[in-house]
Amino acid sequence: MAIKNVLSRREFVKDTGGLLIGFSLADSAVLPRILAAAVEANPAPSPNRLEAWLRIDRDGNVHVFTGKAEIGMGVETGFTQIVAEELDVPFSRVFIAMGDTSSTADQGGVGGSTSIALGSKPLRNASATARTLLVRLAAKNLGASADELQVREGVVSVKADPSRKISYAELAASGDLDDTLKVSGEGFALNVEGLGKPKDPSSYTVVGQPIPRVDLEPKILGKWRYVTDVRVPGMLHGRVVRPAGVGATLMGVDDSAAKKVPGYVQTVTKGNFVGVVAENEWAAIRAAKTLRVNWSAPEQAFPEQKDLYQHMRSVTPKATKETMKKGEAAGVLASAAKKFQASYEVPFQSHATMGPGCAVADIHTDGVSTIWSGGQKPHALQKGFAELLHVPLEKVRVIWVEDAGSYGRPGFEDTAADAVLLSQAVGKPVRVQWSRADMTAWGTKGPAVVYDLAAAIDEHGEITALDFTSRAFSGGEIMFVPATADNYLGSQLTGIPNRSGVDEFAQWGVQAPAYVFANIHAVSHVLSGFYDSASPLRSTHLRDPEGPQTSFAVESFMDELAAATGADPIEFRLRYLDNARAKAVLTAAAEKAGWERRSSPKPNKGSGDIVIGRGVGLSTRGGTYVGTIAEVEVNRRSGAVRVTRFVCAHDCGLIINPEALRGTIAANLIQSMSRGMKEEVTFDRSNVTSVDWASYPIARAQDIPAQVDIVLINHSELPSSGAGEPSSRATAAAIANAIFDATGVRVRQTPLTPARVKAALSVAKA
Amino acid sequence: MSRTLLKINGQSHTIDVEPDCPLLYVLRDSLALNNPRFGCGLGQCGACTVLIDNRAVRSCTLPVSAASGKEIVTLEGLATEGNPHPVQKAFIQEQAFQCGYCLNGWVLTAKALLDKNPHPSDEEMRSAFQNLICRCGSHVRIFAAVRHAADEAKRSA
Repeated sequence: MAIKNVLSRREFVKDTGGLLIGFSLADSAVLPRILAAAVEANPAPSPNRLEAWLRIDRDGNVHVFTGKAEIGMGVETGFTQIVAEELDVPFSRVFIAMGDTSSTADQGGVGGSTSIALGSKPLRNASATARTLLVRLAAKNLGASADELQVREGVVSVKADPSRKISYAELAASGDLDDTLKVSGEGFALNVEGLGKPKDPSSYTVVGQPIPRVDLEPKILGKWRYVTDVRVPGMLHGRVVRPAGVGATLMGVDDSAAKKVPGYVQTVTKGNFVGVVAENEWAAIRAAKTLRVNWSAPEQAFPEQKDLYQHMRSVTPKATKETMKKGEAAGVLASAAKKFQASYEVPFQSHATMGPGCAVADIHTDGVSTIWSGGQKPHALQKGFAELLHVPLEKVRVIWVEDAGSYGRPGFEDTAADAVLLSQAVGKPVRVQWSRADMTAWGTKGPAVVYDLAAAIDEHGEITALDFTSRAFSGGEIMFVPATADNYLGSQLTGIPNRSGVDEFAQWGVQAPAYVFANIHAVSHVLSGFYDSASPLRSTHLRDPEGPQTSFAVESFMDELAAATGADPIEFRLRYLDNARAKAVLTAAAEKAGWERRSSPKPNKGSGDIVIGRGVGLSTRGGTYVGTIAEVEVNRRSGAVRVTRFVCAHDCGLIINPEALRGTIAANLIQSMSRGMKEEVTFDRSNVTSVDWASYPIARAQDIPAQVDIVLINHSELPSSGAGEPSSRATAAAIANAIFDATGVRVRQTPLTPARVKAALSVAKA
Repeated sequence: MSRTLLKINGQSHTIDVEPDCPLLYVLRDSLALNNPRFGCGLGQCGACTVLIDNRAVRSCTLPVSAASGKEIVTLEGLATEGNPHPVQKAFIQEQAFQCGYCLNGWVLTAKALLDKNPHPSDEEMRSAFQNLICRCGSHVRIFAAVRHAADEAKRSA
């Protein structure tokens, strides 16, 4: 049985195995996930049933179920367009339910800029199949063959006589529509295929339109609900207290003062995990502050920050991978007429999410547990929490509810684990809200990476060989799929060692463009983390894992080679690219920017303090191509850099919604500018000392360029590729290249702060 | 605990609360007004912004006792039923956010700015927003929305 009419007019009704809960449509986008009672968990629906993906109610509203989630880039709107397109129903009739492990298939959650590229495929195919089945049913009903019918706005009619018609709503009410789908792949690649074939993109009328995002109006009107707004009956409020530093062990807790806080409920300790639970938030905050926790002296596990890159270059790597060996790079380099080499360094960075992490858990180890979380991968969390609680998977339900933009695996997963531990201890539902320091200092980090590049240049100025070496902390020191009990900070603090981590390398040609040289040798190393478990400097996925780092190195180096050979930076890149789309984004960006063909640095800089320059960076990622040009003003006296303009040409294949895409790219440019110019996690020997927005500064209003021009290149003949991350990649290099163009001075370490730029300028002057 | 009178979005509420409890937790936990959001608890980011006597104020660091008797407006109170505030309309028009978790601060600060200075220069606008955080980097569209709202007001004036 495929399409059922379980949903009543203008109400979203959640069907959770016989349990029907109604909501008014005004809140339909969010309330089902929030209010669904924590009494029942179902295994994720089997993806081989059409109804696992899509149902049509008696009014012709289409309800779509996906294991994907919205993390602020508009994917819900894109899915809505894709489904409306394939089914020929009005956009306003389609509702997307996301990320509830009891009602959505496991699509691997969000990651890798794949939600549209891969995650929409089963939705498109299921919709096409539903349309085919509905038309067949209509054919029977109208006494015509399927070929003689057309569908407009959810109504099937006879082409020759449109007065003979029947609506999807009537069809859905009239009978069962059975279909079994063919399933392939799993996780991100999970796909289904049925009877219906998707439309030819040339006939699209909804996909490709700049439809306003479904979530932004209710958000701006104050009608949205985030995970922070989940309230369940009997819910208590928890706060966690982290160790005095890495490796500090709990010696004792004096909670006598906390007990006097009105509303105090319980102090919870398990190993080195410490939390406190109270009846309301303010009581929880006060109780946590008044807890006197006695910790052993922390380990001196981290190097002095000033020695970080030296440490990274001197330690023996944990793992090494030769990622490319083409020709005889070493030999060519050894005998080269001219050899050019440079090293680049990128620090640890924090997700520093806008909301520091919040989750609610209602744990019943003898029954069904429910966890509300904004983590990007709800089905993975379900597995991890089942393991943590020692219960079967079907006894845990994770309900994804939108949190602040997560940009990877920021620690929302850890917040949810804290809520699980506290709820389990007190036997009541507990809401945990992290503090700013819990997120910025103790949340996971994007890894620091150092790079050494060398190139051989022949007598004609051609690059004949390239050598690439990276040394990175692993992007998977904390496994980015949080599907095991050891994954979470809270569980590591209870004594479960981190064993699920993987080695993730910063690689030539993967996280930066694969330029073509006759001889290339590329080696990537992963370094051991500083401390096995529960380290505030543990690294994992932060938006575009290793992409901004590696692209900063490679795109800076390409610029250096262009300058060393007196070539225009764009022309130089074009020479070593074999991909037409990569070339096209560079050319398109140059045209939009009014790029002047010449080598860097800019001649005739003048003698004033302020000099201007332009720089370019190319990003290639999973079939998406981005050319970014930055224009900057540099104050030679202070080292302050201001980006005055970005031009970004972006090709991600078929565009689903150009306005939503422009919004995501524009924001991505600013966030990656922030990471390239401002962001660096600071630490001492035992602690991360970036604890708030003052100690972890990011871009603010006065840093924002006056002009951002985005050129979209649409390839409707190609499948959509990702857009969430690719425009993060090239920004820092484009800015560093523009600084070089303006000043003739190269800054090879991010963030490109005034102090760093000034230091580079004074070295050059000396 | 003490009884505190709060005037919020035109309605009076009497609440039993610790006088040093920041206004934010009273709004969220006692009154289920969700739009003032917890972002830092330090007055650094603006996610918790409310208007008090039409000034943008950080509710995460303001003791509830200091807000007693004053006119408090949250994002929930900006629109009248079915009629979004012109500033909200402009933000919707410009599709100004990504995740939107921070938007409470930007929308209310923009409203307070434009009430005081209907046609801010670029520099005045940036300066009014300098102490707000948007982690997603939606600034370009946010600025466009504020200009849009200012232009719209000029047109209809």
